[in-house]
Amino acid sequence: MPPPLQAHRMLLSHRRASPIPRRRFTAAVSSLPSAPAKTLAPGPGPSSILSIRESLLSGERTAADITAEYLSRLRRTEPIVRSFIHVADAAAEREAQELDRRIASGGQDAVGPLAGVLVGVKDNLCTANMPSTGGSRILDGYQPAYDATAVRRLREAGAIVVGKTNLDEFGMGSTTEGSGFQVTTNPWDDSRVPGGSSGGSASAVSARQCVVSLGSDTGGSVRQPASFCGVVGLKPTYGRVSRYGLMAYASSLDVVGCFGSSVVDTATMLSVIAGHDKMDSTSSSHDVPDYRSDLVSLNLLESKPLNNLRIGIIQETLGDGVDTGVISSIKAAASHLEQLGSVVEEVSLPSFSLGLPAYYILASSEASSNLSRYDGIRYGRQVSADDLNELYGDSRSNGLGHEVKMRILMGTYALSAGYYDAYYKRAQQVRTLVKKSFEEALRRYDILVSPAAPSAAYKIGEKANDPLAMYAGDIMTVNVNLAGLPALVVPCGFVDGGSAGLPVGLQMIGSPFSEGNLLRVGHIFEQTLQDFSFVPPLLADS
Amino acid sequence: MALTLLRGIRTPTLFRTNVGLFCTARHPPLAHFTTRAGGMQTTEPKAAPKSIQQATKEAAEHKTRGFEAVIGIETHVQLSTITKAFCSCPYNYGSQPNSTVCPTCMGHPGTLPVLNAKVVDCAVKLGLALNCEISMTSKFDRKQYFYPDLPKGYQISQFDIPIAEKGYLDLDLPVEFGGGHRRFGITRVHMEEDAGKLLHSESGSYSQVDLNRAGVPLLEIVSEPDMRTGIEAAEYGAEIQRLVRYLGVGNGNMQEGSLRCDVNVSVRPIGQPEFGTKVEVKNMNSFSEISRAIDYEISRQILLHKESQADQIVQETRLWDESSQKTFTMRKKEGLADYRYFPEPDLPEVVLTSEYIDEIRNSMPELPEAKRRRYENMGLSMQDVIFLANDDNVAHFFDATLERGADAKLAANWIMGDITAYLKNEKLSIDEIKLTPLELSELIASIKNGTINGKIGKEILVELIAKGGTVKSVIEEKDLVQIADPAAIEAIVDQVLADNPKQLEQYRAGKTKLQGFFAGQVMKASKGKASPVLLNKILAEKLKGNQ
Repeated sequence: MPPPLQAHRMLLSHRRASPIPRRRFTAAVSSLPSAPAKTLAPGPGPSSILSIRESLLSGERTAADITAEYLSRLRRTEPIVRSFIHVADAAAEREAQELDRRIASGGQDAVGPLAGVLVGVKDNLCTANMPSTGGSRILDGYQPAYDATAVRRLREAGAIVVGKTNLDEFGMGSTTEGSGFQVTTNPWDDSRVPGGSSGGSASAVSARQCVVSLGSDTGGSVRQPASFCGVVGLKPTYGRVSRYGLMAYASSLDVVGCFGSSVVDTATMLSVIAGHDKMDSTSSSHDVPDYRSDLVSLNLLESKPLNNLRIGIIQETLGDGVDTGVISSIKAAASHLEQLGSVVEEVSLPSFSLGLPAYYILASSEASSNLSRYDGIRYGRQVSADDLNELYGDSRSNGLGHEVKMRILMGTYALSAGYYDAYYKRAQQVRTLVKKSFEEALRRYDILVSPAAPSAAYKIGEKANDPLAMYAGDIMTVNVNLAGLPALVVPCGFVDGGSAGLPVGLQMIGSPFSEGNLLRVGHIFEQTLQDFSFVPPLLADS
Repeated sequence: MALTLLRGIRTPTLFRTNVGLFCTARHPPLAHFTTRAGGMQTTEPKAAPKSIQQATKEAAEHKTRGFEAVIGIETHVQLSTITKAFCSCPYNYGSQPNSTVCPTCMGHPGTLPVLNAKVVDCAVKLGLALNCEISMTSKFDRKQYFYPDLPKGYQISQFDIPIAEKGYLDLDLPVEFGGGHRRFGITRVHMEEDAGKLLHSESGSYSQVDLNRAGVPLLEIVSEPDMRTGIEAAEYGAEIQRLVRYLGVGNGNMQEGSLRCDVNVSVRPIGQPEFGTKVEVKNMNSFSEISRAIDYEISRQILLHKESQADQIVQETRLWDESSQKTFTMRKKEGLADYRYFPEPDLPEVVLTSEYIDEIRNSMPELPEAKRRRYENMGLSMQDVIFLANDDNVAHFFDATLERGADAKLAANWIMGDITAYLKNEKLSIDEIKLTPLELSELIASIKNGTINGKIGKEILVELIAKGGTVKSVIEEKDLVQIADPAAIEAIVDQVLADNPKQLEQYRAGKTKLQGFFAGQVMKASKGKASPVLLNKILAEKLKGNQ
C-alpha cells in the first residue's frame, strides 16, 4: 500500500502522478496508520503552502524558483485549460525576486504566512494592478483603483497574485462557459466543463497553475467547480470574509471563498482573508481563529478521531436526478466518516426543493439592481448614441452576455410593482423557511453532508442551451447560500468518465462560523482517504 | 475617466423628478422676499413684500370664489456632515467637478456603502424636532432608475420604514400676512443619498457628469397636504430651514441646493372632500418664489375650473419661471414610475436604543416654536416674538442679554432697532459684532439708572458694536456721564440765555416755541450730557422766573 498523501508529495517534488491507484464506488477507508508516516514532516498536515514556507525559510528554494516552477506549468497547461483571463507572470516574477531579497536581508520576520504562495484570483475580485472584468465584455479593459479586501489581505500575507481567473460573466452560471472571453476546460477531461462560476479558480488549482485561489460563491460557485475539478473548496459563512471589492451579483448571498489542493491550504488561506472589514457593513466581527493550527495531523490522530461527531446525510440530495455514481461516492464517504467514529444518520430537510426557485428569484432580483451600474457612463464600454436611452441600451446590450441579460430581466420582473409580493417577498419567506429547517437539523447534527453537485463534470455545450437543466444542477448548493451557512467541499471519490475518471466532491455543511470544525473534519477525512489521488491526468502527461 | 462626455443627449430628456437639476448655478441669484419681522433668512433686505401680499390677497379672493387649494411639500435637506453618507469623501459646494469622489460614490464595481453614523444623528434630531415617532428599527432600500448622475443605477433611500414619521410642525405666520398659528402634519422623514449633477454644454450637444454631490446625505421631509396658500407653504419651508439651522444639521441654503422644496398643488371646490388632480411645482430658489409659484399655480388651476376646463389639469411636473412669474409644463407623468424598491442588502438595519434617542433629545437646543412661546409669555408683541425667535443668533443674543438682567422689552427694542439697523448697513450678522450681551444689558441699565441719557446711549452703542470695550470705559474715556447736578445745568442755562438775548426777547414776547431752541442749545453746550429731565425743568423755571 502506498503511503498516504502520496499525491501531495508527488506534486511538491514534481514527480509524475501516475498511475493513479484507486477503487471506485466503495468505501475507501484504510486502517489508520499505527505509526506516523515516515515521509511526513511534523506539522499539521500535507500542505503546499507549508512546504513552500519551509523551503523558503530553510533556504532550500527561492521564491523565484517556486514561481518559475508554477509559471512553467501554467504556460504548459494553459493552452488546454484556459483558466486565466489575465496572467501577471512578469509581476509575479518581480514580486518573487523582491521577496527573495527581503528574506536575504530580513530573514524569517520578512516572511508572511503566505510568502511566495502563488494565488489565482477570480476576475470578479478587484485588483489594483491588473484588469478586472468580472468575465464581462462590458468591463473589457477596466482596471480598478483598489484591491478587494480579500486580495489585499493575501498580498499583505506575502502571497503573489499570478493572475485573474475565468468565470461565468459576473458569476452567473455553473460551467464557466458564460464567460465573455473564453471557455475553461476541466483538467480531468478537456471536453468537459470545470464547473462554475469559479471554474477558472478551480481548474487553476487542479492543474497546479497556482497554489491556491480565490473564488466567490453565490449559489455554489466555489463548491460545484471544486467538486468537478477534484480540489478542496470552501464557502465560508456569509459575512466571514469581506465582500469589498467583489463585483456584486447577489449581495445577500455572495461570499468570497477559496480553493486549495488540500484542506490545510484552504484553512491557511481562510485565516488570512477572514475577519471584519470596515468597508463591508455586512462583514462579521466574529473572532477569527487560526484555522490551520487547529488541524490535527494524521500521525497524532486517535483511532476514532471523529468520536462524538453527529453527521446528518441530507435525504433529499440522494434521490431522483442525482447520478448513481455520485450517490455511491457520497455513501462511501459517509461510511468512511462512520469508520472514523462519527454517527451518520439520514436527515430530511423538507424545504430543500423550495430553495432552488427561491434562490433564482432572489439572486436575479439583486442582480438586476447590482448590475445597473454597468451603464457605460463612467467606465467600461460605451457605445455612442444619439440619445440617453439609446446609449444605455446599446452599451448594455452590447457589453452584457445572454445569461446576464436573462437574469436581469427575471429580476426586474420579480421586483416590478404588482409582482413583488408574489415573487420577491414570497422567495424571502421561503428563505426564512430554509434557514429554519437548517437550524433545526443543525441542532441535531454537527455537520450535514450531501453531494456538491448532482453529477460529475459534464460535457462542454451539454447544457449551454438548456438553462433550466443548468439551474437544476445548483440544487445541492443554493440552500446553503440562502441560509448563509459555511460549507466545505472535499474530493471523496470518482465516477467513470474521461481518461482517469471524474472526481466527486463531498459537501459538508455546518452552523454559522463553524468553519473550524468543518476544516478539522475535512482534514481528517482527506488524510484518511488513502486510495485516491486527486492530481488530474493533465499533469501526468508531461 | 470620471468626467465623461455624453454625446448628443437631448436636453429635455435630462429633466427628472428626483434630481435637483434646477438648483445649479444656471440661474442667477434671485431676490428673496423679506418680511420685516418675518425673520426668513434673507440676503437682500429690501425686496418688495407687496407683490406677495397682493398675490396672497388674490389667492384669498379665489378662495372666496368657492375654491380652496391643497398643498403638500417634499423637502430635501442636505446634511452638512464632514463626510458623505456612505463613503469618506468630503463635500464642499462649488468644488472643482469630480474632485471629491472615490470608487464608492462613483459606483465602481465591488464597492459597498458604509453608513455614516452622523446621518442617523441628524435624522433623529430632525425627526424629534418635527415631533415624529422615531422608528427603533428602520432599514434602507434601493430606489432604482437609470440616469447619468446616479452612479449605481439606484439611490439608497428608505421606503416602507422611514426613520421618523407621524409628526407635525408648528409655526406663526408673519403679522403682515394676517398672522396666526398653524400646525402642519409631517408624514415622514427619511434618509437618502443625493445624486450628482449634470452640466450641459452651451450648444446642448453634450453633457458632463459631476459626481461631487453623489452620495451626500439628505433627509427628505414629506408634509401632509395641510397647507392652503402660498404664504403658508413658504412659511413651512422657512420653519424647516430654521430647524435645520437651529439643530446644526445643515446650512439650509436654497441657492446652493442645500434645501430644496418640491410642492404639490391641487384645488377643489370648497366642501368637496376629495382632492383635485395634483400638480408638482419645482424650481423655486427662495421662499418668496415658493409663495408666488404656488399662488400662481392656484390661480391657474382655479381659472381652469371656472372655465369648465378642469380636465386640463393633469398630473405633471411644472417648473416655476421667475422671469415670467409663471409655471410651465416640464414633463407629463405617464403612469406611475416603478422604482422597484427592495431592501438594500449591503446595509444592516438601523437599530436604535431608547438611551440613544434620549441622549439626542437631551442634546437638542431650544427650538424656534418653544422660543416663540417663551417670548410671547414675556409679553412681547408677536412681531417682536417672530423677529427675535426666528434667527438662532439673534435669539441667542437676546436671551444672553436677558440673562444679564436686562428688561425684555427694552432689550428687544435695542436689538430690533439700532442694532439691526447697524447690521443691515454693514451687512453683518449679530454674532459678528463686538458688542456683547453683557454690555448691552449694562447700557440699558446705565440709561435706566440715569448715568447716561438715551441719546448718549445710542452713541455708545455704535462705539461698542464697532470697537468693543465696555460701557463703563467708553463713558469714562469720553466723559459722557450725564450731568445730573442742577447747579451745573443751571450755570449752562444761564450762559445760554445770556448768549442769546435776542431769542430770549422774542420768547418773552410770546414766542414760547423757542423753548425747544434753548433746550437744544443747552444740550449742545453740555455736549449732550445734560439730563434731559433736569434741563427741561431748570430751563422752564429760568424762562419763567426771569420774567
